[in-house]
Parts: sequence; C-alpha cells; structure tokens
Amino acid sequence: MKTLNLNATWNSIKRSIYKFSRNKISVVGFFMVLLVVIIAIFAPYLAPYPKHAGAFVDYKNASLPPSLAHPFGTDVFGRDILSRVMFAFRGALIMGLGVIAMIVPVGVLVGLIAGYYRGTWIDTVIMRITDIFITLPALILALAVAALLRPTLFNSMMAVAFAWWPWYARLTYGMASSVRNEVFVQAAETIGASKAHIIFKEILPNCLAPIFTKMALEIGWVILVGATLSFVGLGEQPPTPALGTMVSDGAKYLPHQWWISVFPALAIMFIILAFNLFGDGVRDMLSTEEV
Amino acid sequence: MAELLLNIKDLRAGYKVYGGLLKVLDGINLKVNKGERIGIVGETGSGKTTTAKAILRILPRTARIFGGEIFFQNKDVLKMSKSELSVLRGQGISMIFQDPTASLNPVFTVGSIISDVIRYSRTLSSSNKSSQIKETAIDAFKSASLPDANRLLTNYPFQLSGGMRQRVCIAMALATARDLLIADEPTTNLDVTIQDQVLRLIKELVDKKNTSLILITHSLGVASEMTDRIYVMYAGTIVEQAKTQDLFENPYHPYTHALLSCIPKLTGEGIAPGIPGRMPNYLNPPQGCRFAPRCPRVLPICEKEKPPLIEVEPGHEVACFLFTRK
Amino acid sequence: MSLLSFLTRRLALAIVVLIGLSILLFLIARVLPGDPARIALGPRAPEYAVEALRKQMNLDKPLYTQYYLWITSLLKGDLGISLLSRRPVQEDIKEYFPATFEEVLLAAIILSVGGIGLGILAAKYSNSWLDGIVRIFAYLGIVTPAFVWAILLLLIFGYWVPIFPIQGRFSPGITLPPTITGMLTLDSLLTGNWATFWDALKHLILPSLALAMAPMAQAARIMRSSLCADMGADHVYALTAYGVPENRILTKYLSRLSLIPTISIMSLDIVSLFAAAFVVELVFNFPGLSRYGMQAILNKDLNAISGVLLIFGVLFTLITILIDLIVAYLDPRIRLQRKSI
Repeated sequence: MKTLNLNATWNSIKRSIYKFSRNKISVVGFFMVLLVVIIAIFAPYLAPYPKHAGAFVDYKNASLPPSLAHPFGTDVFGRDILSRVMFAFRGALIMGLGVIAMIVPVGVLVGLIAGYYRGTWIDTVIMRITDIFITLPALILALAVAALLRPTLFNSMMAVAFAWWPWYARLTYGMASSVRNEVFVQAAETIGASKAHIIFKEILPNCLAPIFTKMALEIGWVILVGATLSFVGLGEQPPTPALGTMVSDGAKYLPHQWWISVFPALAIMFIILAFNLFGDGVRDMLSTEEV
Repeated sequence: MAELLLNIKDLRAGYKVYGGLLKVLDGINLKVNKGERIGIVGETGSGKTTTAKAILRILPRTARIFGGEIFFQNKDVLKMSKSELSVLRGQGISMIFQDPTASLNPVFTVGSIISDVIRYSRTLSSSNKSSQIKETAIDAFKSASLPDANRLLTNYPFQLSGGMRQRVCIAMALATARDLLIADEPTTNLDVTIQDQVLRLIKELVDKKNTSLILITHSLGVASEMTDRIYVMYAGTIVEQAKTQDLFENPYHPYTHALLSCIPKLTGEGIAPGIPGRMPNYLNPPQGCRFAPRCPRVLPICEKEKPPLIEVEPGHEVACFLFTRK
Repeated sequence: MSLLSFLTRRLALAIVVLIGLSILLFLIARVLPGDPARIALGPRAPEYAVEALRKQMNLDKPLYTQYYLWITSLLKGDLGISLLSRRPVQEDIKEYFPATFEEVLLAAIILSVGGIGLGILAAKYSNSWLDGIVRIFAYLGIVTPAFVWAILLLLIFGYWVPIFPIQGRFSPGITLPPTITGMLTLDSLLTGNWATFWDALKHLILPSLALAMAPMAQAARIMRSSLCADMGADHVYALTAYGVPENRILTKYLSRLSLIPTISIMSLDIVSLFAAAFVVELVFNFPGLSRYGMQAILNKDLNAISGVLLIFGVLFTLITILIDLIVAYLDPRIRLQRKSI
C-alpha cells in the first residue's frame, strides 16, 4: 500500500499516460475536453461575433438558418448562435469545475471522518445525514434550493453543490471504512501515529483513485444539472448566454427554426460525452492493472 | 483387450495475445484406453489445462487450434457439430476443475445447478422429469459422501466448505454415467487433510462407475497413487510416458529425473536441488527440444530438431535424443 | 437474516431518514426565501397585511415550534394551501400524482425490459456488428439528457411523422373512466374502456420514452459489460463442460449474476426519472406532479414545494427499499451473510 508521495517519478507518469491512452476513445475524450476548455477560456478571441454574447440586437439578421457566415444560424434577436454557444461554455465549465472543487474537499473530509470513526455514533450520525440528502435526486433538491434564492450563476452552483456533496462523502466513507481495518493502519496506530496522520497519510491515499475517477466522470453531469437549471430560468440571467436557456428559448420555435434549440443541445451533449470519455480514461489510468 | 477411448494426435494449439501467438501445445500425443486411469504431470504453465480444455472444446475465445486431431470413441472432437458436442459433454466426458469455488455460480443453489447438469445430459426419459432429476441429484450427492443430501440441494456454494464444494463438483461430474472423467488439479486448492479424502473419493467413484480417468496434477506423489500410466508434460510437449511404476523405477528423460529428485526425501539430505531456469517463452519457443535450454545433458542436435516420441521399452516412450539412434 | 428482518431494518432506517428529510425541507423552505409571508402576498401588499399573514403562518414563533406545528398538521394530511391553485396542496397532489406515476411506471418498464434485453443481445453477439451498433447507441443515449430526448421525440413524432400526440394526458372528447387509482391507463383497463385506454397510452408514450431512453442505454451498457466480463468465468466453462447449452447459460446463469449490478444502478436511475420528469412534463405539457412541482418551485409556492418534495421523499425511499429487496432476493450472499451497514 502506498503513502502519498508527491515526487511521482517520471516513469510512473509515463506508465499512467500509457494506461490512459490504451483505449483510443479515451484519448478522443481528452482532446474533446481540451477543446471545451480552450473554447471557454479563449471565447472572446475564437468566437466570430464576440459582441453577440452580450446585449445585442440585429433584427435584420434574425432567425437565419445555418450558413457559412453563421454556422449555427442566428436567434430571434439576430445574435450568432455559434458565438453564444462558445461563450456559454464559460458558465458551463465554471459550474462544473467550481461545484466539483467545492464539494470534493467537503465530501471527502466528511467521508474520511465517518470512515475513521466507523462503528461509533459519529459514523451513524454522518451517514444518516448523507442518507437524508440522497433520498431526493440531486436535480430536484438543486432545483428547489436554486429557485428559492436569487437566480445567479453562483447561487445555482451553491444549490447544485448542496445537493451533490453527500455522494462524495458516501464514496469516501465506503473506501475509508474498509481501508481503516487494514493491517497497515493498525500498525500506524500501534506506533502512536496521530489521528490526522492516519486519516490523511494512510487512509486517504488509498481512496483517491475512485474519487478522481468519479470527479472526472461527473463534471459532465454537473454541467447537465446546471443546464437543466438554466433551462427553467435559474442560473445565469440573460443576456449572458447559458446553454440550457438557449435550448428552452428556442423550444418555442420548433420545428421551423430548429437550429436555435438544436445546436445548444448538441453542445451540451458534446460536453457530457467529452467528460464521460475522459473519465473512462482516468479510470483506466488509475487502475492497478499490470501492463 | 484394450479399447481405445481417447486418442489425441499431434495436437498443436495456443492463444492469441497482444504480442502475437502463444504456441503452447506443440504436438501432443496421448491415448486413453477404456477403464484406464492416466495421469498428466507437469509444472504450472506446461499446457496441461489447455490440453484438457481442448478435449472438451471449452477453450477461451482467444485460443487457437493450429493442428492435430482428438478422437473420442473414433469421432474427431475438433470437427464435431454443436449437437454432437453437447452429447459429448453431456454423456461422454465430464470434467472437474481446480477451483471449486469459481466453478459454481455463487447466486444459485447447488441443487439448481446440478439439476441443470442432469437435465441437459439428456440421459433421462421425458416422463416425470423433475422428480427423476431430484432423485438422481440426491443419489449423486450420496455417492460423493455428502451428508444430508436433501438439505444440500438448497444450499448456496458460499455456505459450504472448500472440500464440500469440490465434492459437489465431483458429484455433478459423475451424476450421470460417463465414459471419461478429466480431473484438472482437483486437490491443489484444498487443505492437505481434505486432499486425501477427495482423491480417495475420485478413485472410488471412478472404479465403481467404470469410468476412465485423466488426472492432471503437478504432484508426482498424487499421480503415483491414483494412476496406472503417467504422461510427463513439459512446455506443451510430452517428454515421457510409461506405466506408473515403470516411470518411478526407471525414468529416462532428464526432466523426469529432475522432477523425481525434487520430491523431498524423508532421510533429510538437505533441500531438493530444483531445476534451474524457466519455462520457455511461448511467443518464441525454442526450435528444437523445448527442454534443451534447461537440460543438464543437452546435445547439439537438441537445439535444432524436435525429438520424436519413441518406445524405449514395451509400453514406455521417451522424447529425447539421448535415446534415439541417429 | 431473512428477507423479512432485512425489510424491517430498512423500514426503520427509512423512517429516521424521512424525519430528517422533513427537518431539512422545513429549514430550506423557511430559512432560504427570506420572508415567506412577503413572498406569498407579493411586493406590493401593504405591511399590515404581511404582518397579519406572518402571524397566521406562525412565523413569529420559534423555529422548533413552527416545525412541530407543521409536522403535526402534515401527519394529519394537511399540507397547507397552494399559492397558485389556492387549493389544499394534498388535493393537488392527489390529482396530479397518478399521472406522473403512470408515466414513470411505463418509463421504468421500457427501460428495464429494453435495457436488459439489449444488454443480453449485445453480449450474446459481442464483437459483431450488432454489438457495435448497440454500444454506439448506448453511449450516445447516455449522454443525451431527457429534455433533449423530449425535444427530439417532439420533433420526430409530433411534426415529421405525427403518430403520437404531443400534449396533455388525453384527447378532448374522450370519456374519462371512474377514478379508481387515478391512473388513466389502469382505470380504463379495469373498467374495460378500450378507447380511453389506447388514448391515454398514446399520450403517455412520448413522455415515457423521453424519460426512459438515457437510463435504458445505461442499463444496456452495464448489463452487457457485466455479462461479457463474467463470460470467461470458471463456472461458465464448467457448465459448458457438462453440456448445458449456451443460451441457457446466458439467460439463466449469467443474467442473474449480471442483473445484480445492473438493477442496483437502475434504482438510482428510476428515482431520477421523477426528476427528469420535471422538465419533460414541461415540454409535453403533461399535467403531472413533476410539472406541478416545477411550477411551484418557479413561483416560490412554499407549501406546494415542501408538499411535493416530501411526497417524493417518501416515494423514493420506498422505491429504494423495494429495489434493495429485489437485489437481496437475487443475491443470496447479501441476505444470508451478516453484514454491518
């Protein structure tokens, strides 16, 4: 069993990359994720009509079907949909990465504590609390909370984080409570290691692999929940473009001006697919298979 | 008069892996007569299980048969159709595996599994099937010395001990009449005390039901007690074959010598010498004799040509250039 | 430990969890929105009216008293009055719940049968072209959210090939059956009213399909990979060696083993169907509980929100227990071995 070694050798990095790249599809996923990140960061430079992502109207060019000038067409206000989709990636990524960044430390810490104190009242209380949260699906809870707050990106992130954190606690708890009984943990206790040391230096490193895998796989789903929230008007408000909002706005104009809804929907699917494939590769990379 | 039951001729087989082809079996010749008990002895990785699985054609999907024939009751198994194969497996040959825990599906009762085995052996008449199946199952358990057969039918594999699981597998294998039983290292995963019981059970059942036996093992000791004839296998080739007693009294092949010397002696002459070196790489096996790289008595010709299996005494064959007149 | 004691333990646990859930929801509904009375009356209502309503809603009392009052009236079946419909919430729920229930039930049936069936087929013909197609569709299906499926189905079957209706629960002019369960399909079946049955079913198909597609792809994927992984297991070789035919091994032995992880995952997916219904019912204008809940959420109708969420909480807990029971039945190792939770 390994303890956390921050000086990973070049060899083990190389081997991880090899394991990741064995499945060609995961490599595709990696590049898709890279594309999403690049578009999000450099949207103002990459988008053909960056001004359209703000308050902009041009009724002369409203509701144009996809063309060379506007590959995704324009919406009812004359705004270029491709540019708006690119800018919308920003909110999506912030939601995905931000939520995960918030809930993982909290959830993992809670799970570690519950796992370390397994069998005691601390464990029971913590696990019952997580049980309460996971009774309702994340989307419903997030919707309820987000709706009761003012609709902003930050508030919807808080709402999603509120609904999502217990899953990491549960996952970590499952791993921590089984690792806790391993011989090397008992050995550390015997020689008088502090609780903090045992939790963070002995138990935690052995839980990391499934946690990282879950994180990579879930960014896409968090973004989906975020898109669902903006679909019903919570989250970022206009004129800031959000993928879900664009889909619901365009739903009124189906089927004739189909492009207003369809392209943002495809963009959502692209993001989810990207992180799913990437997450599969992360899982392979972290597996303890012999190559 | 010995009636030839199983005749493997020049079987060559292997597996497809990422780097190429593993050429494991390199011309296996093996005969089993009716009523005989033969043993296949060899190290782990020598191809014993591959041979066994080839006989019943239950090799994994990555396996490839490069050539040779396997005749069972004068029919070529390798060319059998699906329906002929199911008759072969249901009535002709059955097998017990090394790991009884892995051989039993964990979410079904042993009664359910053995019922299916009996049902699909197609040896029962169609009338009153389920009670007949149940009777046959209980009889099978009883003859495997399993206590409380009725309750056993409702037990799950994880509720039984390792020895009992193996006995259940034996009962399943011999629930209906068979011509041949293949036992692939049946006692390797069991406690030493249970090993003896299980081996004796196999011997008893095989005698009682007049079933021929192929016993695969890495232990010469086990083979010496249970078999009439032994085939010694190394790296996918048969290196020596003789009646059990002849093999122990008069071994020819250097590998057989080495194996015999590995058996610890009770007279305490120190640690057994062992055999230096490793099994050949099946991706690129040696051109000549496969034991040549490790052989203490290797000749120049051994590395160039494969030694044929020739008879050096009546009923005793060896594949070694030391004993071939050239 | 038999199935019965397993069940009892889970139920006891569930009650504790539900009480906790009620506390959580109560806190959310009371603490988050700021001033519930103000929200109820709107920004233009005069201060004295808001003050009066505050007193009436017991908002001046301490939090735990408020909770106690709320819980006791809850247990009597009184969930408060809805802002939007001005009716008792429990009546709204009685009206809308069966619609969502039959919608989700149909979706659950589709996704179980379809997912497991496709998974078995793909495993049987694994590495063939059929398997390849199933796997691609499975992957695409998983990443397509329910509301996208809803819009897609709307386009295809509503406009391009209009076979199914895309709105509501039943067509105008259809005679409604007497309310036995509240579920149109079941009630019309029970009273022998075929025309209504077909009509109700047609209205259900698109929403249910939209809900079922993504989880069905997920179930097929898990079933297939579990089956393929188990195919190389020793017990499969053993059964083959004894002459048991391939199909029997696949459909009886391998399937039961692979159903265990698949159904465990499916339980999460089935519960999420109700969540996905929130948006799907909006798209199809289907008058179900999820749409009601969605509108309550958007309009900050606190009583309705807490009522709907609680009902869902109870429902989901029951569903999870049911599925745990099924898994325990399938996997004897779970129910016959002592396990500490």
